[in-house]
Amino acid sequence: MTTIDVPDPGADRLTDLRRGLAERADAAGLLDLAYRTVDAPIGSCLVVVGPEGLLRLAFEVEDHASVLEDLAEVVSPRILADRRRTDQVARELDEYFAGARRDFEVPVDLGLSRGFRRTVLDELRNVGYGSTISYAALAESAGNPKAVRVVGSACASNPVPIVVPCHRVVRSDGTTGAYRGGSEAKVALLAMEADASR
Amino acid sequence: MTVRPFDLLVAEHGTVVWRVCRAVLPETDADDAWSDTFLAALGAYDRLRPDSDVRAWLVTIAHRKAIDVHRRAGRAPVPLAEVPERPVGEDAFELADPELWRLVASLPDKQRGAVVYRHVAGLPYAQVADLLGCSAVAARRSAADGIARLRRHLTAETQEVQP
Repeated sequence: MTTIDVPDPGADRLTDLRRGLAERADAAGLLDLAYRTVDAPIGSCLVVVGPEGLLRLAFEVEDHASVLEDLAEVVSPRILADRRRTDQVARELDEYFAGARRDFEVPVDLGLSRGFRRTVLDELRNVGYGSTISYAALAESAGNPKAVRVVGSACASNPVPIVVPCHRVVRSDGTTGAYRGGSEAKVALLAMEADASR
Repeated sequence: MTVRPFDLLVAEHGTVVWRVCRAVLPETDADDAWSDTFLAALGAYDRLRPDSDVRAWLVTIAHRKAIDVHRRAGRAPVPLAEVPERPVGEDAFELADPELWRLVASLPDKQRGAVVYRHVAGLPYAQVADLLGCSAVAARRSAADGIARLRRHLTAETQEVQP
């Protein structure tokens, strides 16, 4: 068969083109969700930023591709890799993991969480760096002492872990309990914060 | 069918879209047309029917945007001078030339569409026919005519530079 010898763009050119596209899409108001991955000591984390702020942070153990596919269904398929819109959260995470940041300032959008679970996550934002709270105590401060199990599921389904610190919620007997990023990651985060608070 | 993250479309079809643009444009202009293509596709993504062939959809937008850029740059298609027809073999033959895009851009609309969709994007003739709004037989004919025309011109030009 006849072929026409038109060259391929090559990987570097495509990388530049995709960066330029994300900028143009953002300027045109067509970039609903911007993402990047951040290298962290607990593995690579996916961060997804929407118009209102950080919408999702996913651990390496969650499949990043399927997280993006879910967001395309639930929020918007207008998703591109973009460094600019994800710059603040990436920088703050780097600082946090270097022990140089205790509070996150990046705007957070808890839109993926609803009802009492959302209330629990809002309440959780007041639990400071290096401290912990029990599931029972968090249920109480969220206004429903009996809803300990719902508090557990609110933490398990926290769309923005680390930034909304569900790793600081532990069992009443002092053991750490489950974590979306794996219990090892939870132990590591608590140890890091305890170290830096000393 | 689920709606996929647009980023996956860029990753999967970014290369073919660039080649389609590059077929009728020099490099930097191809970059502009590539970007125009994906920006337009992103804007229209919510209107794409779930059963559409994404590759064919992007390739059509790319060809249209590339021709737009070509015309915007003041490169009105120069009608090719008629070169005497000569017999052309059926064996594999590669058309390569640094200025090939000028020749491809100068083909009549239907031939150019057929050549680019078939021989640059690699779409099957049934799809090429859909995109051009003609029968598969007519699409085949247009592609063959376009290729024959390109060959004649490349051969003619090569002969001109010979002493």
